[in-house]
This record gives sequence, C-alpha cells and structure tokens, in this order.
Amino acid sequence: MVRTLKKELIMTDSAATFDIGMQDGVLNLIARGDWRARELGGLDERLRDFADDSLGRELVIDMSGVDRLDTAGAMVLQRTFLSCQTRTEISRFIGAKDAHTALLEQVRDHLAPCHVAPLQGNAVIVVLDRLGRGVVDAYYSAIEVLSFIGVTLSTAARVAMRPARMRWTPTFHHMEEAGLNAIPIIGLMTFLIGAVVAFMGAKILRLFNADIFTVELVGISVLREFGVLLSAILIAGRSGSAFTAQIGSMKIREEIDAMRVLGLDPVEVLVLPRVIALVVMMPVIAFIAAILGLIGGGLVAATAMDISPALFLSRFQETIIINHFWAGLIKAPFFAFVIGVIGCYQGMEVEGSAESLGQRTTLSVVQGLFAVILLDAFFAMFYLEIDF
Amino acid sequence: MAGGTESCIIDVEGLTTRFGDFVVHENLDLKVREGEILGVVGGSGTGKSVLMRAIIGLKPPSRGTVKVFGVDYYGADDAAREAIEQRWGVLFQGGALFSSMTVAQNVMAPIREHLRLPDELIKDIAALKISMSGLPEEAGAKYPSELSGGMRKRAGLARALALDPEIVFLDEPTAGLDPIGAAKFDELIVNLKESLGLTVFMVTHDLDTLHATCDRVAVLAEKRVIACGPLDEIRRTDHPWIQEYFSGPRGRAALAAEAG
Repeated sequence: MVRTLKKELIMTDSAATFDIGMQDGVLNLIARGDWRARELGGLDERLRDFADDSLGRELVIDMSGVDRLDTAGAMVLQRTFLSCQTRTEISRFIGAKDAHTALLEQVRDHLAPCHVAPLQGNAVIVVLDRLGRGVVDAYYSAIEVLSFIGVTLSTAARVAMRPARMRWTPTFHHMEEAGLNAIPIIGLMTFLIGAVVAFMGAKILRLFNADIFTVELVGISVLREFGVLLSAILIAGRSGSAFTAQIGSMKIREEIDAMRVLGLDPVEVLVLPRVIALVVMMPVIAFIAAILGLIGGGLVAATAMDISPALFLSRFQETIIINHFWAGLIKAPFFAFVIGVIGCYQGMEVEGSAESLGQRTTLSVVQGLFAVILLDAFFAMFYLEIDF
Repeated sequence: MAGGTESCIIDVEGLTTRFGDFVVHENLDLKVREGEILGVVGGSGTGKSVLMRAIIGLKPPSRGTVKVFGVDYYGADDAAREAIEQRWGVLFQGGALFSSMTVAQNVMAPIREHLRLPDELIKDIAALKISMSGLPEEAGAKYPSELSGGMRKRAGLARALALDPEIVFLDEPTAGLDPIGAAKFDELIVNLKESLGLTVFMVTHDLDTLHATCDRVAVLAEKRVIACGPLDEIRRTDHPWIQEYFSGPRGRAALAAEAG
C-alpha cells in the first residue's frame, strides 16, 4: 500500500537528479527520478561538464533510483558512461531494471551525432557562387525560352497548314477562362486608373489654367499604355500562373510523358490552344479596358471638374488621333504571346515536386511581367523612331 | 486473451464517420491492446486510413467515442488533447516531412515545440532517433526531396518517435518500397516495438508485413470491423472477402506455411 502510494507520487512528479560519489577510487553516478526527455533540460549541461572533467576515468552508474527512462534519458546516461569508462570490468551500470537495461543497450549503437543542416561555406564565396549561378541560369533560361518560342511557332505553322489538327474545344475553353472571365476585374481596374489619372492631371493642370488638357492626358495615357499594359499585367498574374500550374501539375502526374508515348505532341495539345486563346482575347480585353479607362477619366472630369461629357467627347475627337488607339492595341497580341509562352514553358519545366511547381509559378509571373515591360519599352522606342 | 479491457490503450466504440451522405464506418468497434502491433486490413475504399484519421483526431466522427489512454479524445478539453497528442506519433503514407526543413530539423521540430531543452541536447536526441530509424548519419542534413521513398519513410518514423510516444500509427508503412526495403522496415518496426515498448497501429495492404509483424489483425469491411484477432484465427474466418484476401494468389499464407 505504502509502496504503491510512493510509486504514484514519483510517477506524477519526480525530477531527474543525480549525485556524484567516490568509492574505492571509482566514480559513482547515482541517478534518481524520471529520466525522461522533458526532465533533462537542467541536467544536460551539468552532465556534459561532469563528463569533460572525468574523461577516461572509471565510472559506475547506479540506476536503482531511476523510476522511468526514455530513449533521451538512456542516451545522456550512456553518453556520459562512454566518455568516462576505460575498463569495462569496473565501469558498469548497476541496479537497472530489465527494461532500462534493454533501452541502454538499444541506444548504445546509435550515439553518433549527425549534421542538422547542409554545411555552409564561406559567406563571400556562397554569394559569389549564387551570383555566378544566377547569371549562367539567366543566360540558359533566356535561350530555352527563345527555343520554346521557336517550337511553339513552328508547331503553329504546322497546324496552320492542316487546320483539322487545331484543337478548337480547349482553345475556346481557354478563351472563356483566361479572356472572358478576366474582363470584369480588368475593366474595374482600368476604370479606377483612368479616374486617378484624371484627378491627378486636373489638380496639376489647374495650376496652369489648362484643365481641358485633362482630356488629352487621360486619352493618350489610357489608349497608348494603361489599357493594354494593365490588361497584360493582370493576365500575366491570372492566366500565366494558371497555365504554369495546370501544365506543371500534369507534368508531375506524368501526364505529359503519357501524351508523348501516345504520340500526342504536348505543344500542339496544351501550349497552342492556350497561347492562341490569349492572343485572340488580349486585344478584346485591352479594347474594353481602354474604353472603361476613358469612361473613368470622363466621369471624374464631369464630376470634379467642369468638363461635361459632351465637351469631353468633342475635345477627345478633336485632339486624339486614331494612331493612339492603334499604338496601344497593336501591342496586345505580342504581350499575350509572351505571357502565354512563358506560362506554358515554365509549366513544362516543372519537375517532380510541389515545391518546384510553386517556384515555377512564381517565375512564370515574374518573367511574364518582365517580358511585357521590356516589350513595352521596345515598342515605345520603336513608335518614337517611326513617329507613330 | 479475450480479457483485459483495462489494458486497452485505444478503445473505439460505436464509431460512425461520413463524408456528406457517404457513410464510411457505421457503428464500428475496435480495441487496441497495450504493447501489441495491430494490423488493419481491408479493401480499397473501406476506410482504413479514415479510421486512423478518426483515432488521431483529424476526422471527427459523427457518432461514437474514441478513447485513447482511457480518455475520450473528442470529448476532452484542449489541454487533455495536447497531452494525448504528445504520447502518440504518426507516420503518414508519404512520410509527410516538412519540405522546407532537413531531416534533422524535421525530427527536432516536435521536440523544440513541446519540451524546453538545450539546443545541443535536442540535436543529440534527433541524431539518436535518426540513427534508430535506420538512416545513415549523413541523412540528417538532407532535405526530404533528396531522399528515396524508403528513406523518407524512415525519416518520417524518426519524427514520429521524436517525443518517445507510447503509440505509433503507421499508414501503409511498406507501400511503395521494394521487397528488401519493406522487409527491413518490418524488422525495424518489430525491433523498435520490442525495445521501446511501443503499441503500433498499422494500416497496411502488405501480406508479408502482416505475417512478419502483427500480433493481431483487424479486418475492415461492410463499414465495420468484421474480424479481429491473431492472423491464424482470422484466416480461418468464413467470410468471402477474408477468404479471397488470404487465399488468393497473393495470399501467400499457404506458401509461407509450406516454406516454414
């Protein structure tokens, strides 16, 4: 009765402790209590110090006072024992319960420390290494994107010669998914941007008493740049990433390989419908975006300034030549093409794991946006040269 | 053998689980005894993994109780649940290692979360578990993506063992391993069970694993446990599915008996 009661008490809360003694010139370590992982926090340091001090000396570990032992407890005891002992006849564990002896035996062979993280080299070298890899990777990925563009174009040409091969159903599906469904959000965005531009323009132009030039400001900026550029940015974020994720997850499930084995060309089946859908839909989206941008600007002009819609429209017709409209719209299919191709290319580059899919999706958006802005700058210079 | 309700470490009573209208288990009873390896078998879609998820708290049942260590898991408060959770370890089918951490960091994660220990000691404990799971020393610093399927399972087992659990749940531990790797894994499980005094709840398809490791086998069919007992006893049960399972071309029971 007393025994069980005592045992209960120990079971519930008995911290691990140890005492060091000396008997016949041999060190004695008397362990008591619960030698379980959660109890070892305050003990580990002292045990290590003890082991350092008594390196190579004989040690007897008295386990008779140990109530509970887990692998962590067995490990620290065994570690201390192994760092001390020199002759096993003298050094030993005494008084251990059978289960505890078995645990001590079990951990004995598994005491080797292991590395937690890959070794890091010199920081400067690591940075240089990463920089070098980045440059080389950028070079190769540029070449690969160009080659993928080539493959897509040649496949398109092949399909154009035999139009029966064109897959219309997925093409229309993507036109709806990537094009039609994107119109509300893109329209709203350009509407707001048009309004913002009008506000800012009005505020500054008023200083010069030139309020009416707000019409030119809104008209030219929205038609030439904002309509198409905002559409491209949103499509890159919305559809470029979706293409990568769709094709990438098919790649992970080996569907792409299955297609190749079945004699289907993944570029023809997957890439072409997506790219064509974007190229067809982007001008439509950009057009609607531009119109809504103009409406946003016009609305601000009418409410915040004294430019009535009629005045806005007549001024618009007088001053904005049709070139501005075309300058914007011509860019749309080019933007769509690079976004679509980069999205599909990154999808095809996905390897094996979900992390790779995540990385590639990020890359798809980043590269898509970069390519769009680069192309836009190129168009701006081109238009400037030809005075368009 | 029939007695010993008091030593039941897991006690599932009247369990009903469903996904929408689809009933997976209906009025299912299952007891797991302390210190045994229980294998759960059943055809595809009979809800073996769902049963495991219901016991480990991932799929709340629509009716019935799940008692672990004598405590009703779904009726317990947060503190009691956490206490239970620290006393079991789970190996998911693919290992379910955190991909952004190395193997050693994976094993250290639960220790760091639940115990206040010096970093050096946590590292030592992690190294011990990694070694005990049969992984080479250098595996500690590797990321899960750099490991083979078998090594990933071993790493997952090391993480499941991190807090010295009393119960270990294994979901298809040998699925996707080659026969040699699977046999070694069976051996590892039996060894660990012996040396650490574990209770093992194992969902498996692998007949060899059943033979090599399990003390008792529970057969899931018709939304409940239709038979539960030692393998020999189960094999004699007169149920068409059980007969087909153990006597089919892959039911190498006869083969093993002949060889032995």
